[in-house]
Amino acid sequence: MAEKFSIRKIIQAVWTFVTNSYLAGFINGKIYIGKLKSVCVPGLNCYSCPGSLGSCPIGSLQAVLGSSEYRFSFYLTGFFFVIGTLFGRAVCGFLCPFGLIQELLHKIPFYKKIKTFRFDMHLRYLKYIILLFFVILFPMLIVDVVGGGEPWFCKWICPVGTLEGGIPLMFSNPALQNTIGFLYTWKITILFVTVIFSIIIYRPFCKYVCPLGAIYALFNKVSVYGYQIENDKCTDCKQCEKNCPMQISPRTQCNHAECIRCGTCKKSCRSNVIISGFKFYPLIIDSFILSCYSNYKI
Amino acid sequence: MKFSNKNPDYNYKSRIQIALFFTGILFMLLGVWRDETITVLQKAIYICLECIGIG
Repeated sequence: MAEKFSIRKIIQAVWTFVTNSYLAGFINGKIYIGKLKSVCVPGLNCYSCPGSLGSCPIGSLQAVLGSSEYRFSFYLTGFFFVIGTLFGRAVCGFLCPFGLIQELLHKIPFYKKIKTFRFDMHLRYLKYIILLFFVILFPMLIVDVVGGGEPWFCKWICPVGTLEGGIPLMFSNPALQNTIGFLYTWKITILFVTVIFSIIIYRPFCKYVCPLGAIYALFNKVSVYGYQIENDKCTDCKQCEKNCPMQISPRTQCNHAECIRCGTCKKSCRSNVIISGFKFYPLIIDSFILSCYSNYKI
Repeated sequence: MKFSNKNPDYNYKSRIQIALFFTGILFMLLGVWRDETITVLQKAIYICLECIGIG
């Protein structure tokens, strides 16, 4: 029998390519400047990536909050409501390029992979603190003489901009090479640490740092796309819990805030009691979706 | 297998979904009306020097 293939990996790769397909940017060392960039992509994808066709929602939020004209962003708040309500953290599992990169890095062999450690679940709250201070409060409150704030998260923490924008642009745009200073060294160090930790721990940036994951996590319990457990048929073998890469127990913590909807629990379940799909009252389309992908691993 | 709608949380969650979704749509339209998308575009079409580590 032919081995089943992972649809999720294909979706991740295709989406990464589609949202970063401005190839002329990589060749010329420039970025896309079309009007499509007023639209945000759902995942963390730096708008200074030469190939990026859309905007990063976290960068955009900081840009609006840090502008002198606005102190609240209806556009970005509405965007998070819509995407979060529809998908929750399935965005992390399916549509985030940096999530894909971390997963690929985690496949690199290492003599001791770490699944969890003391204070692991406590450290997960760090991303909410980063969201509150570096994404919302600092850009809004720490302003210059004209009332403009900096993108604190993008500038001091986010490794995605360095990986997707900083490194390619430095190679292809000689004018930028003379401007390397302390900040570039700091960002490269953060990127390096993130890469190393991604090899050792599954998705460390998603677990502990990503403010976008923190936002979508708030919607996990109510999102249209979600998981359901048939508890009466569960044999309590705990295979789902043992194999969950985010270290949650799908059986007792279904649709937990840390669940990125990767589907590992479904693949591990011996009794097939974990189901996933879309359920939006009054339009129930879960049966159709299930019948479409019932033959594939996600 | 189908999702069960016998769960007592179902109607409550559905109402929250509808409220959040349409509030989100309304907020996005308000944001477009307030020209927030222009602010997003103006930021996105220039290389974000802070984002890439230049400052």
